[in-house]
Amino acid sequence: MMNISIGHYLVLSVILFIIGTYGVITRKNLIIVLMSLELMLNAANIAFVAFSRQFGDMTGQVFMIMSITVAAAETAVGLAFVVVIYIHHGTLDIDVLKLLKG
Amino acid sequence: MESIAFYVFGVLSVIGAILVVSSKNPVSSALALVLTLFSTAVLFILLLAQFIAVIQVLVYAGAIMVLFLFTVMFLDLREEALRFDARNVPIKMGILVLILIVSGYFATMGFKKAFIGAPMPHSEAFGTVQGVGEVLFRSYLLPFELTSILIVVAILGVVTIAKRRLD
Repeated sequence: MMNISIGHYLVLSVILFIIGTYGVITRKNLIIVLMSLELMLNAANIAFVAFSRQFGDMTGQVFMIMSITVAAAETAVGLAFVVVIYIHHGTLDIDVLKLLKG
Repeated sequence: MESIAFYVFGVLSVIGAILVVSSKNPVSSALALVLTLFSTAVLFILLLAQFIAVIQVLVYAGAIMVLFLFTVMFLDLREEALRFDARNVPIKMGILVLILIVSGYFATMGFKKAFIGAPMPHSEAFGTVQGVGEVLFRSYLLPFELTSILIVVAILGVVTIAKRRLD
């Protein structure tokens, strides 16, 4: 078996990031767009921790804690918006929500 | 052993991610996201970051996913048709992949040493609560305190948004 290096983790991180971006670009349901956003943040976290291991420096792990905090705040605000939008418009379809479109 | 675990849980996390973006029902999307986050926690243990793995399970797979599932169930969404915005996807994804490759190339040039050879030596307390706490509270105390402001702002925002529909 080949030894697992930091490159393997970074490739996994890039794959997860691309899948998450694909979800953000293509999905129509606002909640699933938020979940794809979580996937992207998670991919960045993998890269943080992988570099932390490679350099033997715990700063990457500390920044990952900050990143989780930001993700939690973002999710809370985003889901509050989702609830309000659903009550106002009766749908979460992004195509219908065009109020801000010029 | 380590490589087997990496491949098993790496593939599991990718499968979970694909299910998140491809499933019709938001509930199954949320459960697939739990699968991805758990597999990622196992990868963190492989990277000697035990404390981070615990945080990942508690905060991400616990708190955030409960919030997601609660919202999905609260809204009682009908199973949406599997709708994708198919316009210009190859162009958009092509630009994205190009950006990733270019930035990855420059990052690799910058950190050439990091990608070659074994991981650098680390201290005894690497990845434990003690080690992470020492770095967090010694070198990064100000950023840590600033995150509390972020959380207060988020709480105020959520309360303001949610309160408006009661009036």
